[in-house]
Amino acid sequence: MTGILRDIYYNSVEFVRTFGAFQLFFLRILRHSPAILLGRFGLVVKQVFESGALSLVIIMISGLFVGGVLGLQGYSNLARFNAEDAVGVFAAFGLVKELGPVITALLFAGRAGTALASEIGLMKATDQLSAMEMMAVNPVPRVLVPRFLGGVIAMPLLAAIFSMVGLLGTHLVAVELLGVDVGAFWQQMQITVDIKDINEGIFKSLVFGVAASLIAVWEGYNSIPTAEGVGRATTRTVVITAIAVLVFDFMITAVML
Amino acid sequence: MAELSENLIEIHDLKYSRGPRVIFEGLNLVIKRGEITALMGPSGTGKTTLLRLITRQLIPQHGTILVDGVDISTLNLSELYQMRQRFGMLFQNGALLTDLSVFENVAFPLREHTKLSNRLIRHVVLTKLHAVGLRGAADMMPAQLSGGMARRVALARAMVMDPEILIYDEPFVGLDPISMGVIVRLVRRMNDALGITSIIVSHDVAEVSTVADRSFLISDGKVAASGSPEELRVAQSDLVRQFMHGMADGPVAFHFDAPGYEEQLLGRDAE
Repeated sequence: MTGILRDIYYNSVEFVRTFGAFQLFFLRILRHSPAILLGRFGLVVKQVFESGALSLVIIMISGLFVGGVLGLQGYSNLARFNAEDAVGVFAAFGLVKELGPVITALLFAGRAGTALASEIGLMKATDQLSAMEMMAVNPVPRVLVPRFLGGVIAMPLLAAIFSMVGLLGTHLVAVELLGVDVGAFWQQMQITVDIKDINEGIFKSLVFGVAASLIAVWEGYNSIPTAEGVGRATTRTVVITAIAVLVFDFMITAVML
Repeated sequence: MAELSENLIEIHDLKYSRGPRVIFEGLNLVIKRGEITALMGPSGTGKTTLLRLITRQLIPQHGTILVDGVDISTLNLSELYQMRQRFGMLFQNGALLTDLSVFENVAFPLREHTKLSNRLIRHVVLTKLHAVGLRGAADMMPAQLSGGMARRVALARAMVMDPEILIYDEPFVGLDPISMGVIVRLVRRMNDALGITSIIVSHDVAEVSTVADRSFLISDGKVAASGSPEELRVAQSDLVRQFMHGMADGPVAFHFDAPGYEEQLLGRDAE
């Protein structure tokens, strides 16, 4: 019994310590961010390309099919109430407020987050970060901050593209396949979806972008510098980001409803 | 103008341990300005760790490390980075930045710390690459280089800022005899021509002996012997003789601590 209590105590202390270190790490990243944004924007643009542009294919394919599924589900369920014309509104709310930011963040964690964590972890394992330190170059602003900012900028853009392609998928299924009136589909969406709903989606994707990018650079930077350690960091990036995104989604939805 | 001290790096009563394992205890060592100093010793004695302590990549639990009279453990981050601009370091595995070309790797410190024009940077980088025989590889990526080539590029990068102190961690590993000869001569020439102080960690007794002015043999967390390569070669200490002449028998055990060979093979150690 005392063994279990001791384990709980040590694990709790370790959790608090790690959480504190994570917060300090976040502050360090934030402290260097303005200088990198203003002085070395080229580094950030490169990372927006790495994290964002290279994730476009997976985001667009996923968005198209998620939108298609929403079209099928929306049509079959709304048809019971003779409200199949509202399938556009149904899909728009679902995509813009929830599915767009959440699924994009999960896909981002799987595609860009793992790439970030493993890249930084390998840089550490192969002494590249130590070499930078020895060249009097601080790796936090030079390596971590551009990658963090790249992810933060890329996430809302990817979420917006996901939602747009998703709506296209819904249109293809509902209008082209199932015969919903195209005018009703788009007009009802235009009338019902408010700028506030779009802002909610943008805000969520921004928060998820911060969470996913921060977790990825933290895990990579703090990975054990071995092949196994980098592998673990990559896995933890996906798992922790997925949990964080879903928790934040609940909290933001609860506050903004 | 104050006269420069003869001792560039002084280590006093250094203690450093990793977990329960004591790496150094009571280590004292002086590296003289303008000399090539070799740090030698059996595997696992902490030679690379000592380099990391000298450059404050690690912090000792006890003792002082003075670089040009300054205790490096007292420096804040910006002072430390200023100090590190006086160092160049060649890492064991080269540690080239894998997302940059050979040219950009060598140009990296110049781009970060100077406002030189692209034309001047190109001139300096090509000069350094030429010195290590890899001017023709300027456009290649690190993944396209052999281990030896990567280390030569890393050497060019280490010297691109014309540092006062050049640190080489196992510089001769993976080099073919021709490259090794060129690099040994380059180390010597840079030291003599530019007045650099060099610190070399190496197992390669033969090569180090041709280039070092002074060698320190580290064992059991302390300096076991020091002197010129010639003095170490004729030293009577069992440890020094075993190491310098590569003998299997001596105070340094070849085998890591283990139960008896026969007992373990017959499974008696588990009983």
